[in-house]
Amino acid sequence: MNQNAIEVKGLVKSFGKAAILKGVNLTVPSGTIFALLGPNGAGKTTLIHILSTLTKLDEGSVKVAGFDVESEQKEVKRSISLTGQFAAVDELLTGAENLRMMCRLSGLSTDDANSRTRELLRQFDLEDAADKRAKAYSGGMRRRLDLAISLVTHRPVLFLDEPTTGLDTISRRTLWEMILGLKQQGITVFLTTQYLEEADELADEIAVIHGGRIVASGTADELKSRVGGEVIELRNSQDELIGTYPTSGGLADVRQVLNSAAHAFHPDTKITIRKPSMDDVFLALTSTATKEASIS
Amino acid sequence: MNSAKAVQKSPSLLTTNLVFIGRSLRHSLRNVESLLMAILLPIFLMLLFTYVFGGAIDTTGQYVTYVVPGIILLCAGFGSSSTAIDVATDMTNGIIDRFRTMPIRAVSVVTGHVVASVARNMLATCIVIGVALLLGFQPEAGLSDWLFALGLVVLFILTYTWLFAAIGLVTGSPAAAGGYGFVLLFLPYLSSAFVPTNTMPSWLQGFANHQPITPVIEALRALLIGGPIGNNGWIALLWCAGILLLSLIWCAVAFRMRAGRR
Ligand SMILES: Nc1ncnc2c1ncn2[C@@H]1O[C@H](COP(=O)(O)OP(=O)(O)OP(=O)(O)O)[C@@H](O)[C@H]1O
Ligand SMILES: [Mg+2]
Repeated sequence: MNQNAIEVKGLVKSFGKAAILKGVNLTVPSGTIFALLGPNGAGKTTLIHILSTLTKLDEGSVKVAGFDVESEQKEVKRSISLTGQFAAVDELLTGAENLRMMCRLSGLSTDDANSRTRELLRQFDLEDAADKRAKAYSGGMRRRLDLAISLVTHRPVLFLDEPTTGLDTISRRTLWEMILGLKQQGITVFLTTQYLEEADELADEIAVIHGGRIVASGTADELKSRVGGEVIELRNSQDELIGTYPTSGGLADVRQVLNSAAHAFHPDTKITIRKPSMDDVFLALTSTATKEASIS
Repeated sequence: MNSAKAVQKSPSLLTTNLVFIGRSLRHSLRNVESLLMAILLPIFLMLLFTYVFGGAIDTTGQYVTYVVPGIILLCAGFGSSSTAIDVATDMTNGIIDRFRTMPIRAVSVVTGHVVASVARNMLATCIVIGVALLLGFQPEAGLSDWLFALGLVVLFILTYTWLFAAIGLVTGSPAAAGGYGFVLLFLPYLSSAFVPTNTMPSWLQGFANHQPITPVIEALRALLIGGPIGNNGWIALLWCAGILLLSLIWCAVAFRMRAGRR
C-alpha cells in the first residue's frame, strides 16, 4: 500500500533558451501534503503544469498517481485536479452554476451534479452566495469556489498553485483548515507557496526550489536545523534590526560573529540569540551569497 | 487494490458539448452588450436604412425589400464578432487550463461559443425579417425558398462565427480580438447589399462583384423576392463552405498553438 502519489526524476524543462527546471527530483507519498517553496519565477507554476499534463517536459520521468504524464495523460487527468495560480471561475455564472457545470464535465449525472453542488456549497460556506454571479464574489469567496470546483469528484491528487495568495489572515486560516481536512480524506495535496508560515503549518514535507533545482527538502524542523543551531540578531538603540547572522550555535562561531560585530556597530547594540525561523531558511537557501556562509 | 489508481469516468463528447453550449447560451443572455446587439441592432439598422438612407437611394419606396438581405448579413457580421471576444476571454483568464486538466475535449469550449452565436444571430435574423414585414417588406418566397434562404443564412453565420473564433484564438487579448474583426464587418458595404454594384466606380465594381458577400446577397434576394438566382446560389455556397473549412482548420491549429502542450 505504500505508493507514491508523485514521482519526479531528473526533470528538465526550458522555454527556448531559458532553462527553467534543471534536473528536479522529488517524491510525494500518498495522503501527504507537500509544499513547494520558491521565489517569483523559480518555476513553481511550470512544475505544477508539467505534473498536471498542461506542459510538456523536455527530459526526465514524471509519474502522478502511478501514471506517466507523457504516455498516460488521460489516466493522469482522471486522477488529478488543479487549482491554478489565478482563480479560474466563470464570472458570468453563479457559484452554483459553476459547480454544476464542473460536476457535469466530470462525468456526474444531472441529479448527482445537483446534490454534489449543494454539498460543496455547504462545505465551503457559499450557500448564501450560491445564486450570485461569481463576478460579485470577494477574493476569498472566489478562492473557496475555485477550491470547491477542484473537488467536485474525488480525485486522489490535488494541485494548488499559491492557494492563499492575496487572502486576508482569516480567509487564509479557513482555507488551511480545509486543506488539512482534505488530507484527512486521504487526498494527496501538492501546493506551492511563497509563505513560509503556510508551508510550516500545512506540509508534511517541504522542498525549496531555486535556480531550477530543489536546493533543500525535508520537514520544517529538518530545514530549520540545516540553517544552523542559532541565529544572532543585532538591534540598535531604537530597537531596529540591523543584522542577522546564522551560526552553528557553537562558542567559536558565536564569538566570531560578535567580534566582527564589535568592529562594525555601536557599543549600545543589543544582541538576541534565537532559533532559526522558516524565513531564515528561505533566505539562506535562495540567496546564493549567504548560502555558502550558512551551509558550509 | 490501491486507491490512488482509482480512475474516474469521463463525460461523453455529447454531454461535454451540451454543457459548453449551455454555458455559452447563459453567457449570451447575461452579457448585456451582446444581447442588445442581437436585438436592437437589427431594429435600428432596418429603420435607418429604410427611413434615413432609403429615400435617397431608391425613390420608388421599395428600398425596404431591396435591403433586407444586406441587413441580415450586416447583423450577422456584428453578432458573430463577439465570438472573438468570448473565445479570447476564455483563453486568457485561466479557465481553459482547468478544462485542459479534465478528461474532456477542451476544444468543445469553442464549439459552445459558436452554437450560442448561431442562436443569437438567428434571433437577430428573425427580428430583421419581422421589422421588415412591418415596414412593408413583401417577400415572394415559397416554403422551399424560405428554407433555402434560411439554410444559406445559417451557413453564412457559421462561417463568420468560426472565422471570428479563430481570430479570438490567435489574438493576445479580448480587447485586441474585438479590433481585428473590423475588416470583416466592412465587407457588406462594399457589396450589392445596399446599392447595385453597377452604381459604383468601375475600379470598385471589380472588387464588389467578386467578393464573397455579393453572391450571398444576390442569392438571398432571388430566393426572398423572386427573380433569377443564376449561378449566385452555387457561388455563395462554395464561398461559404470554402471559408468555413479554412476557418475550422485555422481554429484547430490555433487552438493547438494556444492551448496545446508546450
Ligand atoms: N510559456 C512560457 N514561455 C516562456 N517562458 C515561460 C513560460 N512560462 C513560464 N516561463 C518562464 O519560466 C520562469 C518560471 O515561471 P513560473 O511561472 O513557473 O514561476 P513561478 O515560480 O510560478 O513564479 P511566481 O511565484 O511568480 O508564480 C519565468 O521566468 C517565466 O518567465
Ligand atoms: Mg507561479
